[in-house]
Amino acid sequence: METVDGNAIGGLLYDVFGTEMTAATGTCARCGATAQLAEFVVYLRAPGTVARCRNCLAVLMVVTHVRDMNCVDLRGLARIEYGRT
Amino acid sequence: MAATALRGRLSGSTAVAPRRTLTWRLASVTAVTEETASVRTIALELPDWPGHRAGQHLDVRLTADDGYRAERSYSIAAAPGEAPAITVERLDDGEVSPYLTEELRTGDQFEVRGPIGGYFVWDSGANESVPLLLVAGGSGIVPLRSILRHRARSASTVPVRLLYSARALDEVIYRAELAELGAGVEVCYTLTRRQPPGWSGYAKRVDDALLAEVAWPAVNEPLAFVCGPTPFVETAAAGLVRLGYPAAQVKTERFGGAGENDSGRPGEAGGR
Repeated sequence: METVDGNAIGGLLYDVFGTEMTAATGTCARCGATAQLAEFVVYLRAPGTVARCRNCLAVLMVVTHVRDMNCVDLRGLARIEYGRT
Repeated sequence: MAATALRGRLSGSTAVAPRRTLTWRLASVTAVTEETASVRTIALELPDWPGHRAGQHLDVRLTADDGYRAERSYSIAAAPGEAPAITVERLDDGEVSPYLTEELRTGDQFEVRGPIGGYFVWDSGANESVPLLLVAGGSGIVPLRSILRHRARSASTVPVRLLYSARALDEVIYRAELAELGAGVEVCYTLTRRQPPGWSGYAKRVDDALLAEVAWPAVNEPLAFVCGPTPFVETAAAGLVRLGYPAAQVKTERFGGAGENDSGRPGEAGGR
């Protein structure tokens, strides 16, 4: 299945977090790898949007859009750090 | 009456910051430029556009008569300070790109939001001593063109090398513009499928040997931006790391497989 990267979901991440997130860093809860969200492996129609760790391919984020609601699953992320601007 | 009072109370509260969202705005097409047989640059007029950084994206939303909506993310082709423009490659089985490249006319309107992205961006003046290596596969040139225009417009003297891989010369986007970049910018092409007679550029896919020839040596501590189809970016970025580039100095943007169905593929051209 074709993948893109986190750059492609900058708009979606902005919807979820209310700020620019592609330069934020996330830590994989499984392997501990830290990367900027732009570097995540992204599946756009999985269904829903799925981001995986580039190091171990664990699922980090799942965002599904149902009617006007975003359902956000972040279980795979141990930590996210981003600026407060 | 009660509702009015309640609204007044809520809007008067300062305890909770308003949730920030990207606003969809109606963009008007001011020009459509044919770049290659399948690629168009669409110049946009966007009232209240807040400005953008080189390398950022915008999201495009098209709504069909029956309410069906399709969204795609595109790299902004224009430099900061210029009116936004996107460059779109038509994918034959695409959902959005055939409309944008074939149907769209000057004066047409569609919804746009942005700018988006803070990772794959370059600001001139941030560090004039760091040379730039730009590596493009196909329409991956789009955000790099924004960087190049930004460099020129801001009179930056940052040394730049651009390695641009395309299938054939007539598929090279912005060819005339890239020929006139002037001092401080070296452009190397590799044409992977067809080369014109007498072609003196490279004629193979990007690999470690080609990168070793073209890329700044790692000791110069360059900053690299690599954009293209996912397999292209994987190869080029891994090759640069093998050449000694720190991974953090290799910014990457992947827009999927080349020439495949664009549904669910935001980066129809240049990450968008």
